Amino acid sequence: MFDFLEGYDLLGAFWVTVQLTVYSAIGSLIWGTLLAAMRVSPVPLMRGFGTAYVNIVRNIPLTVIIVFTSLGLFQTLNVSLGADDFTTINFRLAVLGLIAYTAAFVCEALRSGINTVPVGQVEAARAIGLSFPQVLRLIVLPQAFRSVVGPLANVLIALTKNTTVAAAIGVAEAALLMREMIENEAQLILISAIFAVGFICLTLPTGLFLGWVAKKVAVKR
Amino acid sequence: MTNVLYDVPGPRAKRRNLLYTVVFLAALGVLIWWVVLSLADKGQLEWSKWAPFFTDSRTWSTYLLPALENTLLGAALAMVIALPLGALFGIARLSDHWWVLGAAGTVVEFFRAIPVLILMLFANAAYSQFTDISPSSRPLYAVVTGLVLYNASVLAEVVRAGILALPAGQTDAAKAIGMRKGQTMTYVLLPQSVTAMLPALVSQLVVIVKDTALGGAMLGFSELLASVRPMSANYGANTIAGFTVVAVIFVALNFALTTFAGWLEGRLRRGKKSTGAVVGVDAVEELATPGEHVGQAEETK
Repeated sequence: MFDFLEGYDLLGAFWVTVQLTVYSAIGSLIWGTLLAAMRVSPVPLMRGFGTAYVNIVRNIPLTVIIVFTSLGLFQTLNVSLGADDFTTINFRLAVLGLIAYTAAFVCEALRSGINTVPVGQVEAARAIGLSFPQVLRLIVLPQAFRSVVGPLANVLIALTKNTTVAAAIGVAEAALLMREMIENEAQLILISAIFAVGFICLTLPTGLFLGWVAKKVAVKR
Repeated sequence: MTNVLYDVPGPRAKRRNLLYTVVFLAALGVLIWWVVLSLADKGQLEWSKWAPFFTDSRTWSTYLLPALENTLLGAALAMVIALPLGALFGIARLSDHWWVLGAAGTVVEFFRAIPVLILMLFANAAYSQFTDISPSSRPLYAVVTGLVLYNASVLAEVVRAGILALPAGQTDAAKAIGMRKGQTMTYVLLPQSVTAMLPALVSQLVVIVKDTALGGAMLGFSELLASVRPMSANYGANTIAGFTVVAVIFVALNFALTTFAGWLEGRLRRGKKSTGAVVGVDAVEELATPGEHVGQAEETK
C-alpha cells in the first residue's frame, strides 16, 4: 500500500522544514527582540523605525517577501548570502525572508507582554529610584517574559506552518515534495493525509506543550 | 504604557538620546546608501523601469488591476464561504452532545494544524482528478477551497470565543423566559456575538488577503504577486519596481483593514450600548493556533 513512497525522501523533506523553523525562530527572536526594544525606547527615531517596520512587514504577504528574496535579492541584485550552490542559497534566502517577516510578530508579542505589566509596578520601581535599564531588567522583563510564552508559542507554530511558503522558491521542504508526489503518483488522498499528519505532529504537540508551559509560568493577577 | 517606563528626560538623558539618534541615523543611512548603490549598480533605479507604473495606464489596466481584482475576489469568496461554515462549527463546539463536540473539535483542530499551502495543493490536485473544472479557473477554485478549509476552522474559534465572551446573564435571561437552546443561540447569543467578533473577522480578512498570494506563487493563480513576472518580462526586467508597487498595494489594502479593525475594537470597547464583549484583533493569532483553547487563553491574560 505504501510502496509509492519509494524514491521519495519524506523524512528528509520534513527535516528541512524543521531546520527552516529552527533557524528562522532563532533569528526572528533576536531581530524581534531588538525591534521591540526600539519600539519602547525613549529615542523617537528608533520608535518610529520600529513602528514603521512592523506595520509594513506585517501587511505584506510572506509569499511576496520570500519570492522577492529570490527574484529581487538573488537574481536581480546578486545577493547570495555567502553560498555557492542553489540549494544553500535558496535555503538561506528563505530563512532570511522568514526572519524578516516573523520578527514583526515576535516584536508585537513581546510588546504586548510588556504591556501586561501593571503601570503601578513600573511607577513603584521608579519611585524607589531605579533607572530605566534597572526598571526593565529587574521589574518589567521578568514579568513580561512570563506572560509572553503563550503569544510566542503562537508565533512559533505559525512559523512552522509558514515554512511551507519556502516551496515557492524551490527549497526542498515538505510542501514542495508533496507537490512533486501528487504530480507523479496516483494516491492523492493518501499522500495528502501523510503530509497533513506530518504537520500535525510538528504543530499540535508544540501547541499543547507550550500552552501548558504558558499556563504554568503566567503571573496570576 | 511605554511612556511610564522612563521619566521625562533631563539634560543628561536628552544628550544621551541625541547620541543614540545620531548613531542610529548613521547606521540607517549606511544601509539605505548600500541599497541605493546596489540598485543603481544593477540599473534598477533607471526611470525607464519605473515609468510604466506612472505614465502608462495600460500597466494598470492590463496587469495590476485585473490581478488586484483576482486577489480581492479570492479573498472575498473565501471569507463569504468560510464564515457560515465557521459559525456552524463554532456553535457545534459549544454543543451539549459529546459526539457533536468531539467531531467538530477534531475537524477544527485538524485544519488549524495544517499549513494553508498543503490544503491548496490538495484542493488543486483533487479538482483536476475528480472534477471537470477547466484548468483556467481551477487555480481560483483551489485557492478559495484551501482558504475556506483553513479559515473556517479559525473562524469557528472566533465565533466560539465571541459567544463565550458574552455575559452569562444573557443565557440565564433567555432560559428564564423559557427559550429553547436553539432559540437562545439564534435570537440572543449569535446576534450579539457578531458585533463582538467583528474586529477579529476584519483582522482575519487581512490573513486571507495575504494568503491569496500563495496561489499566485504555487498554483498559477493570476493575482497580484503573479503579475510581477509578466510585467518584468514586458518592461525590461523591472523586478524591483514591480515588487515595490505590488508590496505598496498590499500594504495599503491591509493597513486600511487593520486600522479599520482597530477602530471597530476601540468603538466596541468604549461603547455604552453593547455588552462590552469583544473578540479583539490580537486574539486572532491565538485562535489560529492548534491546541489552544479559549478558556485557557483567558486564564493566561
